[in-house]
Order: sequence, then structure tokens, then C-alpha cells
Amino acid sequence: MTNVKWAFEDFEEGASIPLGSKNVTAAEIIDFASQFDAQPMHLDETAGKASILGGLSASGWHTCCMFMRMMCDAFLLDSTSQGSPGIDYVRWKRPVLAGDTLTGSSTVTAKRESASRPGLGFVTCRHELRNQRGEVVAELQNTGMFLKRGAAA
Amino acid sequence: MSPLDRFFRLGETVTLGSHTFGSEEIKEFARKYDPQRFHVDEAAAERSVFGRHCASGWHTCAMWMRYNLAHREDTHAQPWDGPGPRPQFGPSPGFEKLKWLKPVYAGDTITFTRRAVAHRALASRPGWRLMTLMCEAFNQDGDKVLEFESAVLIQAG
Repeated sequence: MTNVKWAFEDFEEGASIPLGSKNVTAAEIIDFASQFDAQPMHLDETAGKASILGGLSASGWHTCCMFMRMMCDAFLLDSTSQGSPGIDYVRWKRPVLAGDTLTGSSTVTAKRESASRPGLGFVTCRHELRNQRGEVVAELQNTGMFLKRGAAA
Repeated sequence: MSPLDRFFRLGETVTLGSHTFGSEEIKEFARKYDPQRFHVDEAAAERSVFGRHCASGWHTCAMWMRYNLAHREDTHAQPWDGPGPRPQFGPSPGFEKLKWLKPVYAGDTITFTRRAVAHRALASRPGWRLMTLMCEAFNQDGDKVLEFESAVLIQAG
């Protein structure tokens, strides 16, 4: 764990970490929705077009899950992450439609060392997901827990 | 209490259902959306901060939605005696103050609840209201594992 790229010390306030791009397929939208959010606009193109979302659209929870995977691939899997106590807010700003390509960023807004657990720190990030037109589709903020480099042995 | 408050059971904590999280479904979800080692590998989980194989927090959230949706269909099927057409749930603009209070371990049985806290008219969208829901989940020992405040649009009046 000591040789991972991202430990607590490596997150700098104000720094923005790019998230890779993610193509959203109809099959993935339907797969997620059929398990967790089986509403017509998440399962069927015609029903989606008839809804206020304007097409076959991902469940908001699916968008959160796609964001999580993008964050895992961008830095979390190569970090000293100890999980997260929660999410301050999620705003679903625009529909995520089949065929969209998502990109995003995680910007460090604050960091502090734990008072009760030496070697652990909290990193707060504001995250943004955008579609291929550059429109923000989701905004969220959360705090993650990361070990310091020396504590990660 | 107005017909709308009764229809949405304002102030009442409604049990949505219970789900036992199996090890395989935890891994299947995590491989797609959250492949951190403590979600996809039992042995690695035992060496991690969580101490045992546990579900992605997003998996717990998604499961809350599954049971919430099943209950929503029951809500829509109720008789409606108020003025105007029967109210309908619409899309959600988001949620806030989400806390993963305890891990959901493989084998845990989680019970999901929701409570309609308040609703108000939207000046920008006549015929729509914004409802706030307190959403929670508890394990088999009664410990709260998840809470968040959700907002949802409702079409009413």
C-alpha cells in the first residue's frame, strides 16, 4: 500500500483531478434500472421519449454509480482510501441519455488530518460530470478518508 | 391533515421492505460500479478497515430505491378523494446529507424506510410540488446503516 499513487499527502487543495470518459449504453441503462429503478423512462426508448427526460435515460442512482466507477478508475483504486462516511449532496442537473459520453472532474476543496486517528485524513472533493456537449449532468460533494503515506505500511 | 398529506402519509415512517445482501451480489455490483478490494475480495476485506466483506455504499442506496419504487406503486394505486387528478411521483432533483453510518456486511438483512417530511408548491412549475423524504436503512440488530434526505417532484393540483 505504500507504493500507491494517491495517499492523503498527494491531494492538494484547489487541484482538479480529471475523470476518464465513459460511454453510456442503452444496455447498461436497462440493466441497472431493471434491478434497482424499474421506471418506464429508464427501461424503454419510447417511454423515455414520451417522458420529461426526453429519451431512454439513466436512473440518477445509476449516474452516481457510473461516477463512482469513474472515480475508482481515475484515482481511488490506486490510493490509500479507507472509504467514505457519506455524500454532502448530489444534484441531478440534466438527464443522462443512452449514447451520451460522460467526462468529469474531482476538485479538492478541503483536507484535514483526523484528530482521533493518527495517520488518517479527510479529503473533501466537489465532483462534476458533464456530457459530450459540455453540459453539467450531475454535481456532488463528499469527503473521503485516506491514510497518510507513512501510516499505510 | 389534507388529502394530499394522507395520500403520501406525511410524517409517518413507512417500512419499504427488507433485503439480505448475499456475498455474490455484493461482488457482482462492485465489479461493475465500485471495484475497491473490500467489496470484491473477501480475503482483502478481512485485512481492510472494514474487517469483513461489505457492500458498496451505492449498492445499499440502489437497493433502497428498488424497495422505494415498489412502495411507490402501492401509493399510486391508493384511492384518491381529493380535488383534481390523482397525485403522481415525478423525477428527483437530488438528495443531501447522505451518511453511510455502518458497513453492510455480506449476510446482513437490511430494512428500508422512508418518511415524507414536508411538501411545498413550486412557483416555477405550476401543478408541481417538491416533497422532502427522510430515507433510512437498518440492519438486523436495529443499527442504522444509511440515512439521507431526498427530494422528489410530485404532480398534484
